[in-house]
Amino acid sequence: MNAMPPSESRYTVLDAAPRRARDVLLRWEVILVILLVLTIVVNTIVSPYFLDVFNLADATFNFSEKAIIALAMALLILVRQIDLSVAAIVALAAMGIGYAAEAGFGPTGLFAVGIGIGILCGVFNGFLVTYAGLPSIVVTIGTMSLFRGITQVILGDQAKTKYPPEFLELGQSYFIKMKETGIPWLFIPPIPLSFLVFLVLTVVFGIVLHKTATGRKLFAIGSNPVAARFSGIPVERLTFLLFVVSGLLSGLAAALLTARLGSMRSNIAIGWELDIVTMVILGGVSIAGGVGSILGVFLAVLTLGLVTFGMSLNNIPGQVVSVYIGLLLIAVIAIPRIADKLGLRTSR
Amino acid sequence: MSQPILTLSGVSKSFPGVRALSDISLSLRAGRVTALIGENGAGKSTIVKVLTGIYRPDAGEIRVGGDQKHFSSPRDAWAAGIAAIHQETVMFDELSVAENIFTGHMPTGSSRFVDWSEMRNKSTALLKRIDAPIPPEFKLKRLSVAQKHLVEIARALSHEARVVIMDEPTAALSANEIDDLFRIVEQLKAEGRAIVFISHKFDEIFRIADDFVCLRDGEKVGEGPISSVTEAQLVRMMVGRPVDQVFPKRDVPIGDVVLSVKGLSNATEYADVSFDLRKGEILGLYGLVGAGRTEAMQGLFGITPVTRGTISLDGKQLSINSPSDAIAAGISYVPEDRQDQGAILSLGIRENVTLANLSKYVRGLFLSRSAEQEATRSLGRRLAVKAASWEQRLGELSGGNQQKVVIAKWLATRPKVIVLDEPTKGIDVGSKAAVHDFIGELAQDGLAVVLISSELPEVMGLADRVIVMKEGRMVDEFKRGAWSAEQIVGAATGAAKEAA
Amino acid sequence: MKGIFNYRELALALILIVGVAAIGAYQPVFLAWENISDLLTETSVLFMMALAQMVVILTRGIDLSVAANLALSGMIAALVSQYYPDTPLLLMILAGVITGLVLGLINGGLIAFLGIPPIVVTLGTLAVYRGMIIIIAKGDQVNASEMGVEFQAFPKDMFLGLTSPVWIAIAVSILFWVFLNNTRAGRGLYAVGGNPVAARYCGIDQRKQELLAYAISGAVAGLCGYLWVARYGVAYSEIANGYELTVIAACVIGGVSIGGGVGSVAGTLLGALFLGIVMTALPVLQISPFWQMAISGAVILAAVVINARAEKRPEKLILPEARRIGRVRA
Repeated sequence: MNAMPPSESRYTVLDAAPRRARDVLLRWEVILVILLVLTIVVNTIVSPYFLDVFNLADATFNFSEKAIIALAMALLILVRQIDLSVAAIVALAAMGIGYAAEAGFGPTGLFAVGIGIGILCGVFNGFLVTYAGLPSIVVTIGTMSLFRGITQVILGDQAKTKYPPEFLELGQSYFIKMKETGIPWLFIPPIPLSFLVFLVLTVVFGIVLHKTATGRKLFAIGSNPVAARFSGIPVERLTFLLFVVSGLLSGLAAALLTARLGSMRSNIAIGWELDIVTMVILGGVSIAGGVGSILGVFLAVLTLGLVTFGMSLNNIPGQVVSVYIGLLLIAVIAIPRIADKLGLRTSR
Repeated sequence: MSQPILTLSGVSKSFPGVRALSDISLSLRAGRVTALIGENGAGKSTIVKVLTGIYRPDAGEIRVGGDQKHFSSPRDAWAAGIAAIHQETVMFDELSVAENIFTGHMPTGSSRFVDWSEMRNKSTALLKRIDAPIPPEFKLKRLSVAQKHLVEIARALSHEARVVIMDEPTAALSANEIDDLFRIVEQLKAEGRAIVFISHKFDEIFRIADDFVCLRDGEKVGEGPISSVTEAQLVRMMVGRPVDQVFPKRDVPIGDVVLSVKGLSNATEYADVSFDLRKGEILGLYGLVGAGRTEAMQGLFGITPVTRGTISLDGKQLSINSPSDAIAAGISYVPEDRQDQGAILSLGIRENVTLANLSKYVRGLFLSRSAEQEATRSLGRRLAVKAASWEQRLGELSGGNQQKVVIAKWLATRPKVIVLDEPTKGIDVGSKAAVHDFIGELAQDGLAVVLISSELPEVMGLADRVIVMKEGRMVDEFKRGAWSAEQIVGAATGAAKEAA
Repeated sequence: MKGIFNYRELALALILIVGVAAIGAYQPVFLAWENISDLLTETSVLFMMALAQMVVILTRGIDLSVAANLALSGMIAALVSQYYPDTPLLLMILAGVITGLVLGLINGGLIAFLGIPPIVVTLGTLAVYRGMIIIIAKGDQVNASEMGVEFQAFPKDMFLGLTSPVWIAIAVSILFWVFLNNTRAGRGLYAVGGNPVAARYCGIDQRKQELLAYAISGAVAGLCGYLWVARYGVAYSEIANGYELTVIAACVIGGVSIGGGVGSVAGTLLGALFLGIVMTALPVLQISPFWQMAISGAVILAAVVINARAEKRPEKLILPEARRIGRVRA
C-alpha cells in the first residue's frame, strides 16, 4: 500500500466537461427540435393553409389545456409517480363550474371553483399515495373511476350549457389580439388565453425545475428516492405537493376547456390522461424517474400539436394521427436503445 | 486423505477498479467442512459466486471430480453438484416452501406438467432428512429466518449437491438454532459431502470446521487443518499486518462532550444504546453484520422512528423526526449502502455534494451555480476526488471516488457529529487509505466521529474507544491501548474472552 | 397446491354471495337463471381479459394495449367474415387470435429485448393498434348485415343453459389455472415477478418469461375481439374504448399485486365477476347505470388499501426477545 500525500489538488478537475458536438447533437431536446422543424417544413409543403397565423393560433386551442396538465404530469413522472386521474378531475371540476355558472358565478368565481375542486382531488390522490403509501398507478386508476363516476352520478346524461358570456369570451376569443406593425414578418400574433397560460406556466415550471432548490430536490427524488431521503429531502411532502399541483392544473384546464366549449357532459376530456402521458414521455421524461426537462416537454407538445393540426388540414382522421404519434413515441425511445445494442454509440 | 471433489486453481476475478480475487487455489474434500475466513471484502462472496456460476472467472480453472468445468449459469453449477445457501436470502416470499426448493428444476411427469404431489413428497422427505418438519405448502413469508435457512439447505440437497456452500448461515440465528444447523452440517459431512462454511464467528469455526482457507484482499494467505492453528493466529492471518503502521492515528486532543445518547431503543432492532461522544473523538462501533449498529445509528439520524431514549447535542435535548432535523442539528450520517442510500449515480458531482444543504446555495430565489461550484471545488480537492470535471456523473467514477463525494456531501452540511457506516466497504485499497487519513483529519478539525466498521484493523487503527454491539445491545467497551483484537472479536461473537 | 381459494378470495367470494343474495331478496328476478346466464355472458370477455392481464402484471408489467388489440383483432375477424364469407368459422376466429398474438409479440419484443418500460410500449401501441383499425377498414365499420350469419350466431349458441362465450371463458380459465399452477413456465412467471434476482439465481430467463406473458395477453385479446364483434354485431374503431382500465381494475380487485409475483386465477375471476355483477345489478335495482363507475372506483381503492396492508414488510428482528416473538407469530 502506498502512502498518501496530503490531500491538496492532486488531480486537475475541470469545472465543466468540454462540450463535444456529438453530445450536444444527441441531446433529446435537439432531436425534438429537428422533429419540430421537420413537421413544420413538411406541413408547409403539403398545405398552403398551414403557415397562417390565425390557423396556427386556432390550432393551439386543441392542445393547450392538455399541455398545461402535462407540465404537472412531467414533474410527477420525474419523481417516479403518475396521475392517471387528471382527465377525470377535469370532468369533475368542469361539472362544478357548470353548477356554479348556473348559480350565477362570474368568470373569476368559475375559475376559482374549477381550481378548488382540482386541488381537493389532488389532495385526495396525494394523501393515498404518500401517507397511505400506495402505488400511484393503481390509486389514480381508482380515483379516475371515482371522480368520473361521481360526475356521472350527479350529471347523468345532462349537459351543462349555461355560462356567463364574459366567461365564454375568455375561452373562445384571442386573449391577445393580432397587431400589425406595418413591417412584414414583424407583428404581434393572436394568442388564445389557454396558450398564453401554457406559455407562462412553461416558463414558471422551467425555472422552478431547473433553477431552484426545489427542482434539484425533485431530480434527486426521481433518481434515487432512498438516497434523497437520507439527504434530508422531504420526499413524501414534495410528492404530495406534486399531486396537488396536478389537481390544480387539471382544475384550471377544466375552466379553460369549459369556457372554450361552452358546454360540458360527463364524458368531457375522456382519454386525455394517455395523451398527456404521451406528451411527457415524448418530451424525454423517463418513466424510470430522474431524467427530463421542461423544454423537452414544451417541444414535444408543439410537435404533437402541429402534427395533429397538419394532418387535420389534410382531412386525416384523428385516430390515424394517433398511429403516427404512437409510432413516434415508440421509435424515439427504441432507436437509441437499438443503437446501443448494436454498439453504434460508444458513450453512455 | 480422500480425493478432492472440487479444486480451484489459479482463479482470478477483477471488477472495474477492484481486483476481487487473484490466483486462488483451493480444494474441497468429501466429508470435510472447509471454513472460508476473511474480512469483509476479502473475496469470500466472490468465490461463492464463481463456484455457483453467477460470475465467470477471468482466469484459472474449476475442476469437479477431476473434470474441468465452465459454469455459464447457475444451472451448470447445479448440474455439477454445487449448491449454495446465499448470504442475502435469494428466495421467493410469496411462493410455497416446496416451490422455493424446486424453482428452476421442478419435477414434471411424462405430461410435462409440474408434478405437485411428487414435489411435495420430495420436499417433505428433504426437510425430514434435515429434521425440519416444515409443511411444504406453507408460503415462505410465514417462516422465521432460521426456517428459511433450512429451506435453503433443503434446496441445496434437492440438487443432490456434493458441494454445499453456506455463506454466513448463522448470521441471524439464535444459539439453539445454530445447534440445530450444526447437527445438519455434521449429517451432511457423514453423507460424504464437501461443505464450505463461511462465518465471522470463531467459536463456530473451531466447532464445525475441519480445514480452513484464509483470504485477505482477494489473495489466499493461509490454509490447513483447523486443529493446526489458534484463534489468535487466525485473527492475525486475517488482519495480516501490524495495524498501527497502516492506520497512523493522529494525536488529537479530546474535548467536551458533544453528543449524548441515552437509552436509544426501538421495538425489534436495538435496545438501550447509550454513549457520550466528545469533540475530536473517534468512537468505533464494532460488531457482526446484523448486530443492530446501522439500525441504531439510522434511528439517531431520524430515518427510522425511535421508541425510547434521548439524544442531546451540546447539552440541548433534540427532537429528531427526520433526517432534515438531524442535519439541521449538526448530525450527519454517511450510509453503508453507497449505491442505494448514499450516492445519486445519475447526478453530477456538484449536484451530489450540495444536495444535503441546498438552501445554503440559494441566492434570491435561485440556486447559484457559482456558489455550488465553489463548495464542490474546495471539498472535492480536500478529499482528493479524481474526476474529469465536477459535472461528471457519479456513476462514471470508481467506488472510492463515489464514496469521497458522498462524504463531501455530508461535510458540506458542516456537521458537529458525523456517523460513518462502513465507509471503506467495497472500495479499492488506495481510496481506502485516503478515506482513513481523512477520518483522522476530521477528528483533528474538531468533529466528533462515530465509525461503524466490521473491519477490525480499521476500528483499532482509528478509534479512540470501541463499543461492541451484539444482538441489538451494547455488550462491551474498550479504550485505546487497553484492548486486543481477540478481546474485541470475542465480545462481538460471544466467544470466551481469552487473553491475547 | 392447497385449496383453490385463499382467505382473501374467500372473503371476496363471501361479499359477492351476500351481495347477490341481498339483491335477489329485493328483486328475485336477479336470481332467475336467464339473468345469471346473461350476467355470465356479459362478463365472459372480462373474465378472460383479466386473466391475461394478470399474467402480465405477475411479471411486474402492464398491458394498456389490450382493448385496442381486442378492437383491431375483432375488426380483422369481421373483415375476413365480410370478404371471405366461405371461410370456416374456426379459421375466422383463428384470424382474430393470431392477429392478437402478433400484436402481443410486438409488445413483448419491445419490452423484453429492448428493455423499454411496459407502460411506455403499450401506451404507444394502444394508439397505433386503434388507429390501424381505421386504416385497415378504410374508415368504415363492419355492420351486422355484412358479417356472416354463422359468425354472429356462434356467441349466441346455448349449451346446457349457458352461451358459448361462457363455455369458452370456462375453458380458458381452466387452461390458465393449469398453466399457472402446473407448468414450469407458469410458475416461472411468479418467480420472475416475485424476485427477479432469485429467479436469475435459479436459471430462469426473464426475457423469455416476459415475451410469453405479452404473447398470452395478445392472443386472449384477439379471441375476445372476435367474441365482442360477433356478439354486438358491429366492428369499428371505438369498440372497447378505455376497457383496458376496467380489465386492470378487475385484477386489482381480485388481489393481483401491481408490484408483481402475486395473483391467482380464482381471485382474478372473482374481481371480474364483482364488476360484472355491479354492471348488471344496477338496472335490476333501478339504480341509474351512472353509478357503475363511481362504485368500481371506490372498490378499486378499497382493494388497493387491503392489498397494501397484506403486503407490508415487517421490521428486522435483531433483539433476541423480538426474534422469539417473531417466531411465535410465524
